[in-house]
Amino acid sequence: MEEALVDWSRAQFALTAMYHWLFVPLTLGLSFIMAIMETIYVKTGNIKWKKTTQFWMTLFGINFAIGVATGIILEFEFGTNWSNYSWFVGDIFGAPLAIEGIMAFFLESAFLAVMFFGWQKVTKKFHLTATWLVALGANLSALWILVANGWMQNPVGMHFNPETARNEMGNFWDVLLNPTAVDKFLHTVSSGYVIGALFVVGVSSWYILKNRHIRFAKRSMVVGAVFGVISSLFIVLTGDSSGHHVAQTQPMKLAAMEGLYEGQEGAGLVAIGVLNPEKEVDNDKDPFYFKVKMPKLLSLLAERDADAFVPGMEDLVYGNTQQGILSTPKKMEKGDRALTALKKYNEAEEAGKDSLASAHLETFRANYPFMGYGYFDQPQETVPPVGLTFYSFHVMVILGFLFVLLFLLVIWFNLKDTILQKRYLLVAATWAIPLGYLASMLGWVVSEVGRQPWTIQDLLPVGVSTSHISASHVQLTFWLFAAIFTILLIAEISIMVRQIKIGPK
Amino acid sequence: MFETLSHLALQQYWWVIISLVGAFLVFLMFIQGGQTLLGQLGKSTVERDMVINTLGRKWELGFTTLVVFGGAMFASFPPFYATSFGGAYWIWMIILFSYIIQAISYEFRKKPGNIMGRKTYETFLFINGLISTILIGAVVGSFFTGSEFSIDNLRMTATSTSASSITRWEASTRGFEILANLQNILLGLSVFFLARLQGALYVINTVNDQTVFNRSRKQVIYNAVPFLLFFIVFVIMLLSGEGYAVDPQTREIYTEANKYLHNFLEMPLVGILFLIGVLGVITGILRTLLQNSTKGFWFVAAGTVLTVFSLFSVAGLNHTAYYPSTFDLQSSLTIRNSSSSHYTLTVMSYVSLLVPVVIGYIWYVWRSMNKKQISSDEMESEEHAY
Repeated sequence: MEEALVDWSRAQFALTAMYHWLFVPLTLGLSFIMAIMETIYVKTGNIKWKKTTQFWMTLFGINFAIGVATGIILEFEFGTNWSNYSWFVGDIFGAPLAIEGIMAFFLESAFLAVMFFGWQKVTKKFHLTATWLVALGANLSALWILVANGWMQNPVGMHFNPETARNEMGNFWDVLLNPTAVDKFLHTVSSGYVIGALFVVGVSSWYILKNRHIRFAKRSMVVGAVFGVISSLFIVLTGDSSGHHVAQTQPMKLAAMEGLYEGQEGAGLVAIGVLNPEKEVDNDKDPFYFKVKMPKLLSLLAERDADAFVPGMEDLVYGNTQQGILSTPKKMEKGDRALTALKKYNEAEEAGKDSLASAHLETFRANYPFMGYGYFDQPQETVPPVGLTFYSFHVMVILGFLFVLLFLLVIWFNLKDTILQKRYLLVAATWAIPLGYLASMLGWVVSEVGRQPWTIQDLLPVGVSTSHISASHVQLTFWLFAAIFTILLIAEISIMVRQIKIGPK
Repeated sequence: MFETLSHLALQQYWWVIISLVGAFLVFLMFIQGGQTLLGQLGKSTVERDMVINTLGRKWELGFTTLVVFGGAMFASFPPFYATSFGGAYWIWMIILFSYIIQAISYEFRKKPGNIMGRKTYETFLFINGLISTILIGAVVGSFFTGSEFSIDNLRMTATSTSASSITRWEASTRGFEILANLQNILLGLSVFFLARLQGALYVINTVNDQTVFNRSRKQVIYNAVPFLLFFIVFVIMLLSGEGYAVDPQTREIYTEANKYLHNFLEMPLVGILFLIGVLGVITGILRTLLQNSTKGFWFVAAGTVLTVFSLFSVAGLNHTAYYPSTFDLQSSLTIRNSSSSHYTLTVMSYVSLLVPVVIGYIWYVWRSMNKKQISSDEMESEEHAY
């Protein structure tokens, strides 16, 4: 019953987030591409660039509407389905959400109307400014929501108030400049730029394959591919930096991403591999059926030192005294102590026993960093789903590198002016659109599934984050969301495809 | 500058901001109200297109204001966020569903390949207009009438899922019970008819078409009458009934006869704003009906903002529990027992300095986009019309 509530709440959030993420990345990337195109139009006065901009804007609009529709649900779900979480950290987590609304959403919504309907109503320059502001607004909103997410992965800049049972913000700048948040923002928005670029290059390729709108397609394709190659090189850099920070703050997630059970010095990075599904932390089976490793790269990624030790899941669960890693059962003991002390502190306060209260408070503070572990029964519960995390990570990385290659080839053949003959490349570029979405989605799977069982790393497990509601209610809303989002997605794709077939005016 | 303010001053400041955002949210519901009038105002395709397009250029502002209302509540009064959204689950879910179908309808309505056809999307707009106004009105009504929930911080130390919930909704109907209260329903219906009234006035203000103008004027009468009726009864019930007060010293919560009347009298500025607001709404209606003016919208808009602002103010200021619990009086939320910390409110107060900037550019964009009224010619020539 209780597990069902947690699972359905999780499923509902995952569903909403996944649907939302089908639409947002294109908004992030395409908004900049449109702004660049419109800038070329304003600079050159060439009406063809205006038509080009307007065509991509139509697609942007269709996509934007449904992104907004799914986004509102995500925000409110923190309250509707994760009310204990909202109570526990609203003080910190609410702030970026509110700032996102004030700073970003209004910018987008006010200037979107100018962008779509203002061509005849405002000056060229004002219109161009509006387009850039929409792009800025979209990206600013990504910043704040990813600051919020980064904080869940690596909670910093706060302290716990034992009287209200709430965490309070201690330093706003720590929350904003949290290295995990910065990585998260840069890596995620650049994935949006790559999707925007893949979309423009892919649709343009399709036109060339169909022998339609050739000049329009080539014009769009070059802007898209140049934007894409810059973005995908950037994504590699931010990916590397993300990996490094995950190692520092969420070693369990990193171990799951790599299928690393036993820690090693000079650990290699798995290039490609097949996991043994029967392997668990508490058996001696071989973790892999097959793998190709790149020597020492994991140590280099994690610790910036090719010979450094990288802990595996077994080290993290059972401890490793040599490396100074505390075992999970020890952490659970400390967590228990924190929870008990918190309770006793409040009881003593109420009874007016001040000295007793302060003694309990001291115990609580000493054990607070492990408080979340107090909610677990078994140390193995702290291991995330390894298979899903591992495969998602590796497929994402492989696709990421393939996109760099794709953009480079597109640019190269455009420079040589032989792109029209490279049909295999054009077909590949068309198919790369869904692959771009897949890669980006898998990135979120790595980030969020790899964080399990925590809502907030080390502080609050998912199991005690939910609202107080019976699972059947959540189950019903899950199916309602699934139905409506699926219908809207089908309508959206159908409209998009139709618009693409109609083509630029 | 904000860091030198007391915690209470910041809490009051933030309640004022929440009241302001709430006021703008209700004002912007002219979009929802207009959505329910599509059938009455636009009989031909062109007429309907004009109405939809004039509303469609603003819908995102209303949507965003709802999101910001939620976000601002989350940041400044997180226990409310946890209690109300997680508690009155179904009411909020239904409201959210109605906004999902609004968000895509303008964009998808006339696009080829939209699968469900134009009519379906127009029905979606109608549903959003009908549901969101009544339900949001009713939920705000529960700020005065209370809900059944309990709060206990120590539950956090229990280790099982359900036992660890700090806030619990004690009504098994999960929000539907809000609709069983007459006073809540009255406010819901008031908001609904006010939104329709505003919608009709907005169309008068922005659409250049005699037929649509005449129909809109009729709708002003049809909706002003029920609005005034429901609203007056609501106000009488509010002022004559009991309210939820909090003792500033002991922080104990108790019921007090005529609490909200006292709040108006003890905060005369709020009382005056309320009266000016109501007067503004009536002036706007009369100017439209008697003088054939197209500017009535702005009087009603300003009046709505002031009235709703003052209603929110009496719900939370002057030692009042803004989210009362009828299940356990002491679990009621007040701005003092449910706000973010001094630090967070300080940070957010600096962020709030952006609000005038936001209002400024929205105003600027509004003026440049609404300079010329929408006409049937524009519907045929516009490069991107809904």
